[in-house]
Amino acid sequence: MKTEFIIEAALAIQQTILANESTLESLDREIGDGDHYINMKRGATTVAAMQADLVSLKPDEALNKIGMKLLSTIGGASGPLLASFFMSMAKVLKENGDESNLKIAAAFAGGVQAIIQRGKAGLGEKTMLDVLIPVSNQFVLLATQNCDVKLICATLINIAEQGMLSTKDLIATKGRAAGLGERAIGHIDPGAKSCQLMIETVCKLCLK
Amino acid sequence: MKKFINKVDNILVESLTGFAKAHHDLVELHLDPNFLTRAEKAQNKVAIISGGGSGHEPLHAGYIGYGMLDAACPGHVFTSPTPDQMLMAAEAVHADKGILFIVKNYAGDVMNFEMAAEMLPFEHATVLTSDDCAVVNSTYTTGRRGVAGTVIVEKCVGSLAETGADLQTCKALGDKVNNRTASIGVALTSCTVPAAGRATFDISDTEIEMGVGIHGEPGRRRETMRPADEIIGDCVEAILMDFKTRNLQPSKKHEALLLVNGFGATPLMELYLIYNTAAKLFNLHNLEISRSLVGNYTTALDMAGASITLCLLDDEIKQHWDSPVHTAALRWGK
Repeated sequence: MKTEFIIEAALAIQQTILANESTLESLDREIGDGDHYINMKRGATTVAAMQADLVSLKPDEALNKIGMKLLSTIGGASGPLLASFFMSMAKVLKENGDESNLKIAAAFAGGVQAIIQRGKAGLGEKTMLDVLIPVSNQFVLLATQNCDVKLICATLINIAEQGMLSTKDLIATKGRAAGLGERAIGHIDPGAKSCQLMIETVCKLCLK
Repeated sequence: MKKFINKVDNILVESLTGFAKAHHDLVELHLDPNFLTRAEKAQNKVAIISGGGSGHEPLHAGYIGYGMLDAACPGHVFTSPTPDQMLMAAEAVHADKGILFIVKNYAGDVMNFEMAAEMLPFEHATVLTSDDCAVVNSTYTTGRRGVAGTVIVEKCVGSLAETGADLQTCKALGDKVNNRTASIGVALTSCTVPAAGRATFDISDTEIEMGVGIHGEPGRRRETMRPADEIIGDCVEAILMDFKTRNLQPSKKHEALLLVNGFGATPLMELYLIYNTAAKLFNLHNLEISRSLVGNYTTALDMAGASITLCLLDDEIKQHWDSPVHTAALRWGK
């Protein structure tokens, strides 16, 4: 992994978030409180503007800096969760190195594990983890099997999409939609949607 | 959307600046990261810090001052503040007896305060408020939400802290007040988050949202608009049912505090009408309303609607509710 790639991904993610304003806003209005898009936009814009601060850093240092910045920028539940992801991913990369897909997959899994712990949530609770856990598991599996990066990215795009769609039929037991009970059924979780969009964006960048 | 806005991104800072100007005798505003402290730092007491998304004014900054909070951390509208705000606030108000965070039970607030607490170099404790009894099967969720009952917790704990009580004693009182308090809210209209620019939910003139949260998040169920007494009756019923579930229902006459809170766009005239009926109904169930508070104390921007909060009093809670308080939004006895 290279720091240039992280910067390129940050800029691409900002474009994706901005392009999906109405999708994210309407999902959050249905089962949340209407601030998810605003918060994601604030986070994505801040990270995209960090280019100059990041360019001379090692990849793990860059990810850690992004995490710290998100922690003081986004707020809400997304802030600590996404910050924990990047800071933990950075920690694993620093310890294990970043020179293979398997090591990057392990770092991604470490980031997802941090979200699980911070959010005290798991699979099937109608959250971003319904996207992140399957993606993380599949990423590690494919990397272990020495699959090439094109196959890994193409597969993860599909897994993320399935995970996002799976939240539609779930009752929320974590997050702001948890007060809705059965009324949340039929609505895609906005956090799962934004995670799916970000994963798709990064994977497409690798496929280019 | 029709609101007093210059630039949507500046609303919060402009409003906080105005608040600090209007109440310069009570509070001091610190920007980037944003937090407010008492104008005069209190000494030798547990420092009480609260915070949460903006849009619930006067919660929390309106309760900074003698007998209540030492500092408050306002987040963006309906969005939890961040750990750096809490750390800087703690640094500013710490007075050698530890830091007590009062946090409304929402995933975002809990996580941000938790991360701040992990980084805090001082002795600290947290009281989580969870008075909203609209969220029923709390076992499977993040738990009950913290709503207007938070004001009662902040008032009582703030009073106790002024006596020089230690951190654990303050936390214990906060937990006790929270455990003896239940709230439920009803929305008549939605609210509009300024940056979103349109109503959070659609609701017709003939509908109400029963059990609504203070962020315009949907509640228990959508119901048909009815005469006030029927709606209030259902709210009182929900609180009594909650007290029963928690073995709090008194078998003989017991004193209670009734808080009727407006969500931002319901006139006081209607809030007093609600109070009238609610007090009467609670009285029929051995609950004698000996303390009361009616007004906009935990709002949800421009939502029309109200919440009813009942707190079962004992001598200790009564003493700390009655004690002097000097803040922008609550002021008596001094």
